[in-house]
Amino acid sequence: MSGQTGFREARAADAAVEISGVDKVFETRSGQVQALDTIELTVAAGEFVSLIGPSGCGKSTLMRIIADLDEPTGGTLAVFGKSARQARLDQEYGIAFQQAGLLPWRTVAANVALPLELHGVASAARASRVAELLEMVGLSDFADRYPDQLSGGMQQRVAIARALAEQPRLLLMDEPFGALDEMTREKMQTELVRISAETGAAVVFVTHSIPEAVFLSDRVVVMSPRPGRVREIVPMRLGTDASARAARTEELREERSFFEMVTAVREALHGSPVATGPRGVEHR
Amino acid sequence: MTDTGVRETSAVTDAAAMTPARDIRPPRRPGGPGRVRRGFAQWAWGLAGLLVVVLVWEGYKLLGPADGVVVGGARVLPRTTDLAMPHVWEMIGRLAEPVTRSPSAQPLWLVVALAALTTLGIAAAGWLVGVVVGVGLALVMQRWRIAEWGILPWIVLSQTVPLIAFAPVVKSWGSRVEIGAFEWQDWMSVALIASYLAFFPIAIGALKGLQSPDRIHTELMQSYAAGYWQTLVKLRLPAAVPYLLPALRLGAANAVIGAVVAEVSTGLQGGIGRILIQFAGQASGDPAKAWGPIFGAIVLGLVAAGSVALLGVILKDYRRTEEAA
Repeated sequence: MSGQTGFREARAADAAVEISGVDKVFETRSGQVQALDTIELTVAAGEFVSLIGPSGCGKSTLMRIIADLDEPTGGTLAVFGKSARQARLDQEYGIAFQQAGLLPWRTVAANVALPLELHGVASAARASRVAELLEMVGLSDFADRYPDQLSGGMQQRVAIARALAEQPRLLLMDEPFGALDEMTREKMQTELVRISAETGAAVVFVTHSIPEAVFLSDRVVVMSPRPGRVREIVPMRLGTDASARAARTEELREERSFFEMVTAVREALHGSPVATGPRGVEHR
Repeated sequence: MTDTGVRETSAVTDAAAMTPARDIRPPRRPGGPGRVRRGFAQWAWGLAGLLVVVLVWEGYKLLGPADGVVVGGARVLPRTTDLAMPHVWEMIGRLAEPVTRSPSAQPLWLVVALAALTTLGIAAAGWLVGVVVGVGLALVMQRWRIAEWGILPWIVLSQTVPLIAFAPVVKSWGSRVEIGAFEWQDWMSVALIASYLAFFPIAIGALKGLQSPDRIHTELMQSYAAGYWQTLVKLRLPAAVPYLLPALRLGAANAVIGAVVAEVSTGLQGGIGRILIQFAGQASGDPAKAWGPIFGAIVLGLVAAGSVALLGVILKDYRRTEEAA
């Protein structure tokens, strides 16, 4: 596969995530399941990388390993030059899941404040940081609401604000917009592009939507299942620095280059040129 | 991760959400006009239920055979004589009359109320012990899976021991306890037995509540590098509240039952259990009087359960559930 060279372009010195030869084997009743097979991937600081692939390709598992919520069976992994465990203890990353996972008994503000509270940030500093974050995700007016009073998309924005609370240099997102409808989803993607440009954080973004991956990412890592492997890494031609990222707007979705990259990722997913079908249609 | 369908329906409105306040469900306001009306309806239906009981009682007394209904030698419905089933108004009227014919006698309702208060105090002490023991056991069982396997069967088994059987044993053990200035009082035996009944639902409910956080929440805490105690205080205990409240209410009702039964079987003076037995002995001459302590016991149970409901109002924020995510 040709795209394998892509990840080497990232400079190892300032890598947010460095994965080399990572294996993951799950023990199940019916025997061993190889979830990940010798994964090689480097995510540069400030880079937006999407993991895409069909169900069972291990993209979520890979993200969980980076987050130190799962342990690899083999290989090495470094997050900002530290072990995954140390990086977790040092709060190097913020994380958001498919479900918002807000605590229902806490207000929006208190939910965002949770990580700050756990790590002993003084209450005045906490309040100003929370206000800043809610401003960023456009929920300032909802600080005193409870999660059950918010729609799914708003809950997810609270979850993103919470993930950003401690100004992490790395943001891990596991299909955060997977449960949202298409319109909300596109709005959220635009917001995420803006937020990631504002914070300058590296993002590892798990998705199974090709347009989503193309719109958001600097590079798209295409994975294949059983065993989970990196099939190809497709660089996006949208520019990788923060200013170029900020320039990604709604118009991009209608540009020719966007459709070309969608096609490129789809071909990488299917392993051969896809001749038929209208361009830009999402295949899951 | 399988509830996508449910959430999509709620998220449809979100596209419009970028213009704030459009998709917001009306905030729950406690005590709006609808809430008041519903509260009133609840009370009305509760009273209607009470009225039905009174009507059934008087109706059966009027129409039923004097010797009750006997099927195959067993009496399935009671006699309808004034001795077995006094009129409702007689039972209520009796409450206002003095306990005995002596001129210094207090009215029956006051005697019953004082006895009920005594029992309530003992039951409350037993309930508190039950809360401490029950929540403590739940914490241990949640922390160590092995403890759950080891302890839970014994907790269940403990409730199969008949109360009457070990009440006298507790009393005789207690009478031997004497540590320095501390001397075991008889009421403590009763409270201990009450706690024995109270701790069971609390332990089970607290365990279920402590185990209730989803994996997403426990992993979130893990990602924050939060330790056991932080996770307990910030996540598990608040999440346990909706499970704990009904358990505490059950525990309160159990503590009252335990206290009354223990008073009877240990012969403790002053409580409602004692006058229950005492007045029942006088029922042949004064049938309505025996019902006084029974009403007292009912009110006692209601007060105990009601106090816990009050706790639920204070903790209402912890009873919210996160809709759609």
